[in-house]
Amino acid sequence: MGLILEPNMQDGDLFYDRLLTAHDNLDSKQSSAFNARLILILANHIGDSSTLKNALFAAKAQE
Amino acid sequence: MNKYTPQAAIKLYPYQKVAAQDKATPEKQTVVVVGGGPVGLALALDLGLKDTPVLLLDDQDGAGEGSRAICFSKRTLEIADRLGFGDALVEKGVVWNVGRVFHRDSEIFNFNLLEETGHKYPAFINLQQPYFEKFLVDQIRMAQSKGAPIEIRGCNEVTGLYLKEDHTVIDIDTPDGQYQIGADWLIACDGAKSAVRKMMGLSFDGRLFEDNFLIADVKMTADFPTERWFWFEPPFIGSGQSALLHKQPDNIWRIDFQLGWDIDRIAELDPKKIRSRIDAMLGSNVQYDLEWTSIYTFQCRKLGKFRHGRILFAGDAAHQVSPFGARGANSGIQDIDNLAWKLDLVIKGKAPDRLLDTYCEERVYAAGENILNSTRSTDFITPKSDISTCFRDAVLDLAKHHSFARPLVNSGRLSVPCVYDGLSLNGSDALNGPHNLRVGAPCIDAPTPDGYLLQKLSGEFALLTINCDAPDKVEYDGITIRRIAVSTSDNKFYELAKRYLGNCRSAVYLIRPDQYIAGRWNEFNAHEVQNALSCATAKD
Repeated sequence: MGLILEPNMQDGDLFYDRLLTAHDNLDSKQSSAFNARLILILANHIGDSSTLKNALFAAKAQE
Repeated sequence: MNKYTPQAAIKLYPYQKVAAQDKATPEKQTVVVVGGGPVGLALALDLGLKDTPVLLLDDQDGAGEGSRAICFSKRTLEIADRLGFGDALVEKGVVWNVGRVFHRDSEIFNFNLLEETGHKYPAFINLQQPYFEKFLVDQIRMAQSKGAPIEIRGCNEVTGLYLKEDHTVIDIDTPDGQYQIGADWLIACDGAKSAVRKMMGLSFDGRLFEDNFLIADVKMTADFPTERWFWFEPPFIGSGQSALLHKQPDNIWRIDFQLGWDIDRIAELDPKKIRSRIDAMLGSNVQYDLEWTSIYTFQCRKLGKFRHGRILFAGDAAHQVSPFGARGANSGIQDIDNLAWKLDLVIKGKAPDRLLDTYCEERVYAAGENILNSTRSTDFITPKSDISTCFRDAVLDLAKHHSFARPLVNSGRLSVPCVYDGLSLNGSDALNGPHNLRVGAPCIDAPTPDGYLLQKLSGEFALLTINCDAPDKVEYDGITIRRIAVSTSDNKFYELAKRYLGNCRSAVYLIRPDQYIAGRWNEFNAHEVQNALSCATAKD
C-alpha cells in the first residue's frame, strides 16, 4: 500500500488535541521518549517496508 | 641470536628445523597459508583432504592465551563435520539454543535458535577457541598420517614479501635464522593485525566503536541453565551498560561487562575490581576462580577486495566485526569453506582463474552482511547519540508490554550463513520450490535413513534428486557430480522431501562442494545441469 499524504484521519483535530495532551507535564526528555514509542507503535501497525520508507522520506523532505 | 620467544598457551606445532631452511634456492610451494588459527588451519585441512599440497606457517607454536572466540555456529559445525572434526567439537562443547534478554531486572524477550528438529547439529555450541584449534590440529595430524599433503611449520614468522607475476617470494624468520620460499598461492589468515596485509600496504577501513568490554572467564559450579543471558542496564551495581553470561566447557562461565569509553584500563584489569563486579552479578557467596580476563575494543572494517592476484585474504585478516552475533570466527570458517574448493579446482586446471574472483565477490558480500548486522547490534547495545539512546530505550520499554517490540531488541543477531542472492555463480532456479532453498542458499540439513543429508555432501559437486531419475554419476569437463537419490516412497525421507520440495512433486538440486545450491529444476536435464555446473565454476 502506498503512503497516503492526502487527508485520511477520521478526526484530525481530535487526534491533534490528544497528541498534545499526551505531552502535558512531560519534560523534553520524557516527550522525546513518548514520541519514540509512538513512532515504533505506529510503524509496526503500518508494517509495509515500502510505505514506511516513503514516510521517512516525506518527513525528511521537510528539513 | 634470535629474538624469538614462543608464547603459545597450548603447543600445537612446536618448532622444528626443516631442510628448506638450508637450501640455496627457495623451495617452491603450491599453497602457503600464513596464520595457524582456526581459519588457516581449516583451510589447510580442506585443501590437504582434496590432495592439494599446502604449507601452513605460524609465528607461534600453538594457540594463544584465552578463550577468545567461544560461540561456534551450526554452519561452522557442518563445515567442521565435512572436514572430520565436527563431532569432537560437539562432544566437548556446551550446546545451547535458548537466549534470554533482560532489561534491568526483568526478562523482556527470549528466543530459541533452532525450533526445528531433524538437524545433525545444534544452533550453537560454546567452546573455547584453543579447543577448536586443538581439535583441528588433531584432525590434520590424522589426515597427514593417511598421506594428506599438509605441512605445518611453527615459529616461522613471515617478515617480507616479494610479489612476482605468478608467485610470491616470502622471507621467513625462525629460531635458526632466516630463509626464503616461493608460493604459487599465498593465503593470509593471519588475523586482525595481519602482517601480510600490512606488508602489502592495503587499507583496512571501517568504523571504530568507542567502547570497552571486559571479558572474564570464571570457573565455578553454578545453577544457571545453559542459555545465553544478556542484560541491558543490568541491575547489579557497577556492571556498566550491558552484561552477558554464557556457559563454556569445564565449568567455565564467560561474563562480559560493558565498561564505556573513558576508562582506566589498568584499574579495570585489577582482579579486585573485576571480582567486585562479578560478585555483584552472581551474589557474594558464590565461589569462583578467575581464569582469564581481557579488555577489548572493536571495529567493523573490511578490505575492499579479498583477492590481490596470487594473494588472498580470509578471516579477520580480511574483515573484522564487533563480537555481537558471533560473526567473527564463524564467518572466517565460511570464507575458507568458499575458498578451498575454488582454489583446488583452479590449481588442478579444472576451472579458470576467475573462479577465485568469485571468492572475492561472494565473501566480500558476506562480510558486508556481517558488518551490517554487527554494526546494528553494536549501535543498539551502545547507542552513540541522545536520539539513538532514546529510540533504543523506547524499544526496551515497549518490549516489556508488547510482543511487536521484542524482535527489535538487538543484543546480537546471531550468525547464519549468507545467501548469495544475485551473485555470478548462481545457475538456473527453475523449480518453484521453497524460498529458503533457492539458488545461492546453503543446503539445510535433514534426516536420511542412515544419518543426515549434509553428511553426504562431502566436498564435491552433488546432484540431489527427489522423486525423479538421473544418472548416478556424470562428468563434465573433468568435474564429477555424484547423485544422492531421495524418494518419498521411503517415509524416512519425509522431512527432507518436505523441506526441499515445498509444493513440488519432484526436484533436482545441483549442489556445490561448499554445500551451496548452484541450480535447481523439476527434473533432470543433462544440458541444464551442465550449464549450471559451468556457471558455478565460472566457465561461461
